[in-house]
Amino acid sequence: MTTLKQSAPQQYSRILGYGASRPDLSVTNDDIAGPINSSDEWIRQRTGIVTRQRASENISVADMAIEAAQDALKASHVTGEDIDTVIISTISHPYATPSLATIVADSIGSRCAAYDISAACAGFCYGIAQADALVRSGVARNVLVVGVEKLSDFIDNTERTISFLLGDGAGAAVVGASAEPGIAPTVWGSDGSRWDTVGMTHSMLEIRNRDFVENPVQEGEKIWPTLRQEGPSVFRWAVWEMSKVAQKALEEAGITADELGALIPHQANERIIDQMVKTLKLPDTVKVGRDIVDAGNTSAASVPLAAHRLLQENPDLSGRFALQIGFGAGLAFAAQVVVLP
Amino acid sequence: MANKEEILEGLAEIVNEETGVETADVQLDKSFTEDLDIDSISMMTIVVNAEEKFGVTIPDEEVKNLKTVGDAVNFIENAS
Ligand SMILES: CC(C)(COP(=O)(O)OP(=O)(O)OC[C@H]1O[C@@H](n2cnc3c(N)ncnc32)[C@H](O)[C@@H]1OP(=O)(O)O)[C@@H](O)C(=O)NCCC(=O)NCCS
Repeated sequence: MTTLKQSAPQQYSRILGYGASRPDLSVTNDDIAGPINSSDEWIRQRTGIVTRQRASENISVADMAIEAAQDALKASHVTGEDIDTVIISTISHPYATPSLATIVADSIGSRCAAYDISAACAGFCYGIAQADALVRSGVARNVLVVGVEKLSDFIDNTERTISFLLGDGAGAAVVGASAEPGIAPTVWGSDGSRWDTVGMTHSMLEIRNRDFVENPVQEGEKIWPTLRQEGPSVFRWAVWEMSKVAQKALEEAGITADELGALIPHQANERIIDQMVKTLKLPDTVKVGRDIVDAGNTSAASVPLAAHRLLQENPDLSGRFALQIGFGAGLAFAAQVVVLP
Repeated sequence: MANKEEILEGLAEIVNEETGVETADVQLDKSFTEDLDIDSISMMTIVVNAEEKFGVTIPDEEVKNLKTVGDAVNFIENAS
């Protein structure tokens, strides 16, 4: 009997390069404080955010995803022809189907496999985990991973638990084969028992049926799903559980915290980042992504945007270890140590 | 099981570690926000550390009832 062929595995994979797309508007705390009865001081103190980047109405998630993708291809010295899988993480592409990934694949001149994933703020690190597996199993040669959000389309300006944190943007990376180990095992998981602590106010069906048990809608009122969260509960989960996940990712990588060149955490709140730095006992020599200060929380885009910026500001980080960790709605989380390109 | 005094001492160490407030200032009648200038975010990190140190569970909805250091000490004493 003829034996079946299976794809030939590669031993190692790595991130070849990061790309970014930062939108055009810079929105200050004073710009948004009024409708939520907040202040510049409150927001700075509790979150570290000074301004958040947002996109004008005429800029779409696809526009930002394509720009970040092209930037990542350039940084990775590959072309669209070299890419054979596109994975996009987003919660703000306004179509349940078709995916955003096929638009992005088309924009780089590729007819390759393309699909979106839904893991919110953990999505980019989920995407890197998948890309690593696809490359090492020989299923793909080069995978383009994009985290993109236009969260400003899904906020209610009078909502005080999350809207003031959120920004827009896209970050991307290309994962390919490597002669040396470049992506350590991903520590990932979820806690669906806390499904309702961060997410959308309404399902599509509730909106279709105008069936709002908790928040009745006035006749003629504009209705649209927007984001909200139970902030203190999510904060507590993030500082407590995510430091453990970060520690586990270091163990899986076989390195200690002082061997890191950088920590690149999801940019949810700078106070969460401070706490993580403290719990992991990171020495001052480790550079920490703090893109949140002027980018806000861009969900799936936040890790690659912060990575891209750290590398631009510190080119000597190239070749060093970085711990990437994403966490948020689901609740879902993923962390992995990578070698920076 | 820790007594009130031991809980206060342990809590004062956590507050100092998390916020820099002197341990001597952490007294039973002090309000976390008004007297010690501790914001809701620092409060959360104190709660998380107290749970670990004293082996108790302090539910999210309980945290806002812990207005003074004494409230926290009593809660921990009763929960442990
Ligand atoms: C959102 C967050 C900043 C809120 O901060 P917090 O300190 O937990 O806020 P609380 O809800 O406990 O409220 C504390 C006080 O601030 C007030 N407050 C809450 N939101 C406010 C706002 N946006 N502006 C001004 N005041 C606000 C509350 O009314 C309360 O006042 P009171 O003590 O007088 O009653 C914080 O919980 C957080 O960052 N959570 C995690 C975010 C995260 O990681 N999300 C992941 C999704 S990607």
